[in-house]
Amino acid sequence: MSKTEKKLVIFSDLDVEKALKNALQKSRPDIIGEVRDSGLKGRGGAGFPTAVKWNLAAAAQGERKFVICNADEGEPGTFKDRVLLTDYADQLIAGMVLAAYAIGSKDGIIYLRAEYTYLRKDLEATIEKMRGKKMLGKRILGKDGFEFDVHIHMGSGAYICGEETALIESLEGHRGEPRNRPPFPVTVGYLGCPTSVNNVETFITALHIVEKGAKWFKTFGTEKSTGSKLFSVSGDCEKPGVYELPMGITIKKLLETVGGEDAKAVQVGGASGTCVPRKDFDRAIAYEDVSTGGSIIVFGQQRDMLQVAINFMEFFCEESCGQCTPCRLGTETLLEGLDLLDEGKCSLKHLRELCSLGETMQLSSKCGLGQSAPNAFLSIVENFKSEIFDTRCSCR
Amino acid sequence: MLASEREQLKAEINKMAKKFDYHRSGLIPVLQYVQNISRHISPESMQDIAEAFKIHPVEVQGVVSFYSFLSIERKGKFVVRLCRTISCDMAGKEAVANQLENELGIEFGETTDDGMFTLEFTNCLGMCDMGPAMLVNDDIHTRVTPEKVADIIDSYRNRFGAHVTHGEHA
Ligand SMILES: Cc1cc2nc3c(=O)[nH]c(=O)nc-3n(C[C@H](O)[C@H](O)[C@H](O)COP(=O)(O)O)c2cc1C
Ligand code: SF4
Ligand code: FES
Repeated sequence: MSKTEKKLVIFSDLDVEKALKNALQKSRPDIIGEVRDSGLKGRGGAGFPTAVKWNLAAAAQGERKFVICNADEGEPGTFKDRVLLTDYADQLIAGMVLAAYAIGSKDGIIYLRAEYTYLRKDLEATIEKMRGKKMLGKRILGKDGFEFDVHIHMGSGAYICGEETALIESLEGHRGEPRNRPPFPVTVGYLGCPTSVNNVETFITALHIVEKGAKWFKTFGTEKSTGSKLFSVSGDCEKPGVYELPMGITIKKLLETVGGEDAKAVQVGGASGTCVPRKDFDRAIAYEDVSTGGSIIVFGQQRDMLQVAINFMEFFCEESCGQCTPCRLGTETLLEGLDLLDEGKCSLKHLRELCSLGETMQLSSKCGLGQSAPNAFLSIVENFKSEIFDTRCSCR
Repeated sequence: MLASEREQLKAEINKMAKKFDYHRSGLIPVLQYVQNISRHISPESMQDIAEAFKIHPVEVQGVVSFYSFLSIERKGKFVVRLCRTISCDMAGKEAVANQLENELGIEFGETTDDGMFTLEFTNCLGMCDMGPAMLVNDDIHTRVTPEKVADIIDSYRNRFGAHVTHGEHA
């Protein structure tokens, strides 16, 4: 499935049972310390330091605590979690056990998007198998006083439920509308209890780190973006698929790897990400430069970038939860503007107003969806303005 | 819905709600269950569900209307969801969409008269490297071409009376 040439972190060999056994021999602070030293940041897109999250959840007071795996993977162009859920489910569950041990939780939930219902049966079988091997349940691998189990909760078709507070709302039986923060889920999460929500890839990476060491992990990547990352590559390239590559790789290098050297632009980070034009292919994919949850969409020379922007904006119009005005109305207004551009009927003055509306949305929207919805619009307009205007004319 | 059918479904609803101690966190699993067996959540079911969880029916409706896999309107036995998002779009989803309309004789958003198929667009299905991608109920189809559309549709049509492959929601 994965077309990686080299096995770095996630695709490197791991004896899951042994790794978990070794981890349970360490103290809780040692585990969080190892993850802290590794510099691991969340792989779901937001890039929050995993150890900080676990530490806060560990320190929070609560009768119950929850470990939640965010398997809602809905960002356009992202499919690496699907591969992990299919081929590395045992590592994912062991990673959740590790997190549970570190923060002191007994209850785990995998929030699986409705579109991945076909993965559920195998996942349940893996969970059952791990119960059989004592990697779930009471006295995990003989560790006195440590119990933890997981169950699967299905999503119902809503991209916004990938946002962690919307996900929690959804778990509690509500509309998936993001909450105000603070309080953060690490203190007040599912059912009001301290909750750590992490991405599928984050749990698996943490398991490898605790087994093989922060130092080893840091041999990959850059100083600020340590380790490797899974990339979901699609669009105009010869070898689309899932790749494990070191953080900090340049877009140019990545394109060489996937056979997309001719690209005129690359969308890094999905619909919420930025569109990087050819002249900037020397930029690095890293938290300190162009950041991504793993989505890489390659656009060949023949692509009409305005159509790309329209496709993304339609996505946001459909997926906005509608709770706050900047996002609900902003996405609609930007889409209308794109349609005007498409018809060759948009004045430059109006375009400038749309861009400033986009900037307002980035600042004033309640959650990450509305804050990032204008990104693709703004970067495409900035980099492809002449292409857009040269190819459109209302008098045709 | 026949009165007896409603009673039967109501009993199932209560049984499931009880498994969740009538806690609200069981609401969506119950809705998913009802959606799967009735292909929609009828106003009557909403009332029964609201009663089971001791909430207002409007609350239930608010939740149903939020999620694209839950619906008040009755769906076809097979719901065809074609990905409309960028990678599938670039891979040729428009031609597939066109052929789906031809084969089914309906437009997107509609259900065939015999109640067999509903045709919808959906967003990214996580199969972007193998687009165009499409779900039929819970089954994923990748690299769909206009030529393949008829065979895929037929394979479901021929399952008439067979057990429909919706996921079992616990
Ligand atoms: C609109 C929106 C959608 C998101 N979708 C996902 C998702 O599908 N999967 C995911 O892991 N994180 C998603 N996130 C990020 C989560 O809110 C959260 O930061 C993440 O699950 C934390 O895990 P991590 O620290 O391991 O990355 C989304 C955020 C936003 C704003
Ligand atoms: S920014 Fe958009 S998705 Fe987020 S809360 Fe506001 S309306 Fe909902
Ligand atoms: S864009 Fe269609 S599956 Fe992702």
